[in-house]
Amino acid sequence: MLAESLALSALLFTIGVVGVLTRRNAIIIFMCVELMLNAVNLSFVALSRLYGATGQVFVIFVMTVAAAEAAVGLAIIIAIFRHRRSVNLEDINLLKG
Amino acid sequence: MQTELPHTGHPLADSVARFVWLLPALPLLGFALNGILALRAAATPGPADPTAASHDAHAHVAHPSGDGHGHDDAAGHHVARHPSASLVSLIGPGVLALTFGLAVAILFAMRDLGDAMHAPYVQTLFAWMPTGSLSVDVAFQLDQLSMVMVLIISGVGFLIHLFSVGYMQDDPGYPRYFAYLNLFVFFMLLLVLGASYPLMFVGWEGVGLCSYLLIGFWFSEKANADAGKKAFIVNRIGDFGFLVAMFLMFANLATLSFDGVGTAALELPMGGTLATAICLFLFLGAVGKSAQIPLYVWLPDAMAGPTPVSALIHAATMVTAGVYLVARSATLFSMAPVAQLTVAVIGALTAVLAATIGLKQWDIKKVLAYSTVSQLGYMFVGVGVGAYTAGVFHLMTHAFFKALLFLGSGSVIYAMHQAYHATHNHEDAQDMRNMGGLRRHMPVTFGLMWIATLAIAGIPPFAGFFSKDEILSSVFARTHGSTLADASWLGIPGSAVLYGVYALGLAAALMTAIYMTRMMLYTFHGPNRTGELERGHLKEAPWIMTGPLVVLGLLSLVGGWFNLPAITGGALGPDEALHHWLEPVVGASTAIVTNGEAAHLSHGTELALIGAAVLIAAAGIAIAVFRLKPADLKPAKDAPAEQGLEKTLLNKWYVDEAYDKAVVRPTLGISRIVLWKGVDTGLIDGLFVNGTGLLMRAFGWLGSQLQSGRVGTYAWALLLGAIAVLSAFSFR
Repeated sequence: MLAESLALSALLFTIGVVGVLTRRNAIIIFMCVELMLNAVNLSFVALSRLYGATGQVFVIFVMTVAAAEAAVGLAIIIAIFRHRRSVNLEDINLLKG
Repeated sequence: MQTELPHTGHPLADSVARFVWLLPALPLLGFALNGILALRAAATPGPADPTAASHDAHAHVAHPSGDGHGHDDAAGHHVARHPSASLVSLIGPGVLALTFGLAVAILFAMRDLGDAMHAPYVQTLFAWMPTGSLSVDVAFQLDQLSMVMVLIISGVGFLIHLFSVGYMQDDPGYPRYFAYLNLFVFFMLLLVLGASYPLMFVGWEGVGLCSYLLIGFWFSEKANADAGKKAFIVNRIGDFGFLVAMFLMFANLATLSFDGVGTAALELPMGGTLATAICLFLFLGAVGKSAQIPLYVWLPDAMAGPTPVSALIHAATMVTAGVYLVARSATLFSMAPVAQLTVAVIGALTAVLAATIGLKQWDIKKVLAYSTVSQLGYMFVGVGVGAYTAGVFHLMTHAFFKALLFLGSGSVIYAMHQAYHATHNHEDAQDMRNMGGLRRHMPVTFGLMWIATLAIAGIPPFAGFFSKDEILSSVFARTHGSTLADASWLGIPGSAVLYGVYALGLAAALMTAIYMTRMMLYTFHGPNRTGELERGHLKEAPWIMTGPLVVLGLLSLVGGWFNLPAITGGALGPDEALHHWLEPVVGASTAIVTNGEAAHLSHGTELALIGAAVLIAAAGIAIAVFRLKPADLKPAKDAPAEQGLEKTLLNKWYVDEAYDKAVVRPTLGISRIVLWKGVDTGLIDGLFVNGTGLLMRAFGWLGSQLQSGRVGTYAWALLLGAIAVLSAFSFR
């Protein structure tokens, strides 16, 4: 059971990473980040069977932070969209040195 | 406080001598009080200090425009006394009187001990530099030598403080003057009472600072400020030598206290390189402080300060610190005959060179300044040939008669200034060509100055005769059977060098008699050249100024009795009193030089030497009296320009000009072209400061190129970084 859970977690995480690296749409990248977070959550829950409830507590924390991050992140994306009429990251490089 | 002091077990520890720390503490207290009064006065409106409206500055020929005659207006009213003047007049000389009283009490305590006083009494106050193998304490050393110096400093110092009360009374900087003067006495006592070279060095630098402050006392005149600066800078050269000597002692002898160095020096090989090097570097320090060739040039310029300052600092006490340093290091010097011969030769050459310049100066203070340089040379001849007692004896008698001469000249300048002031004349009050015939106007000063003149010329029974004769006869005695005679100096046999030193000493004595008599003739004899209007205003100085002169005159008269030559056989009083007094301090060192034999010459030789010295002094006075015609002299403004040798002597052999060309200008040139334009502007500003900035900007530009602003690139960098970190952990 544990091995399968961890394998699923790794698969989800890899999908998330590949998504972040290859996609250009900010919304999709954002969703891939969420996917990575939840992959980690899955491995926390799975490992808590071995190591006690600490992992589950951590999951609660991660979900809270992820919710806050979603609120802030989506707000930023909406603000960018209002300025640029686009959420394509190719078009956004204000921090170029 | 005295209860906390460690009990040293010395017989003096239970006597009044346990208050030895009060000797420097009292003048320091005076400095603090007068300093507060000076600062308070500066904060309140009133007569402004700094000022140029003062006797010496006013009189100086360099600025005849009369700038700074703030109180010289048509109404002719005088500047009001300083508001806290009476308090300052009480504190300034008062602390000196207390110091002198305590010094006398300690002297009697030491006398009562008699032979029990064979080792110095060292009072340790606290550990100052406890560092590894070296530990230096703040400790005072009371022995016969430091006692003599303390008595001279506090005694003569007190008289000069009293004189200053009259001389400086109208000066707006009155409290500041006494603050500096008290501070000077504090540092001077620290110098002579310190039990180690570093503590002595603190006093050494401190008196240098006070000298600088007081030479430039009227600093609103640029010439005065420059003179102070010159004194300070020239002294730094000597201090370098003092420091190197201390480093050598620390590195090789591992001690810096007088006691420790004295013991360690005896272990050194006779005439060895180390002892010679330490002594020569110490002597370099002495050369700077005591104005010997080649560093004597600052002392004549130091006459820019008030005249009592010239008397106290630049004649009686500070400039003799070099002589004290050599006498204090007697053991070291006795182990280095070559260094001793150097001291004697430099001293003799300085005595002659300064005397030649003194022959043709017109400024009364310049004559005395060169005379001081010359007499300091004499003292170095004395301590150089290992006759430490003779050197210190001359130091003492010189303090008496030279302080008297300077204060007397101050009294003359005061009278001249008052006279010129009354008629709004801007002639030079210090030029002897403007004086003449002052004996009718200032009989007290006139008589006392003649006593001092006879003393410095070496006429018996005045003080200078005994000390000068003892130095010369010691030189003569050393030409045979001493370590000095057996040594060789730059390839010349030591005895030949000593004969040369003796001859130079006689030549200097002759010229001393000539120029001092010349000064007296031009100042006090002949017709008066001050001016018709001014003549009526010439008058004797007030008693507060003549009083100290009388005491110093008495000391110049009887000062020789402190150390009558043995040849008198006790007929006039106890003979060789100072010699016996200093025996525990320098006796052993002198014995090394004389190979343990008594230094006395045969009676016949000694009488012949005394006869020669007296004859030469009398001849000098006679030459001056018969050759010089004060009646033919013209006032400074009508005087013809000097020609030939006279001009060369008046211009001091052009030594200042030569130094300017050989040292000052090259130094300034190198400083400007190499150090400023090259090193500072080019290397430090250009390469280091701006170069560092440029380098950082280049790195910054490189780093900024990594910031593409594209999230994809950052994500890849993040991933690769994470993989790198993880793999580093995994494959460790």
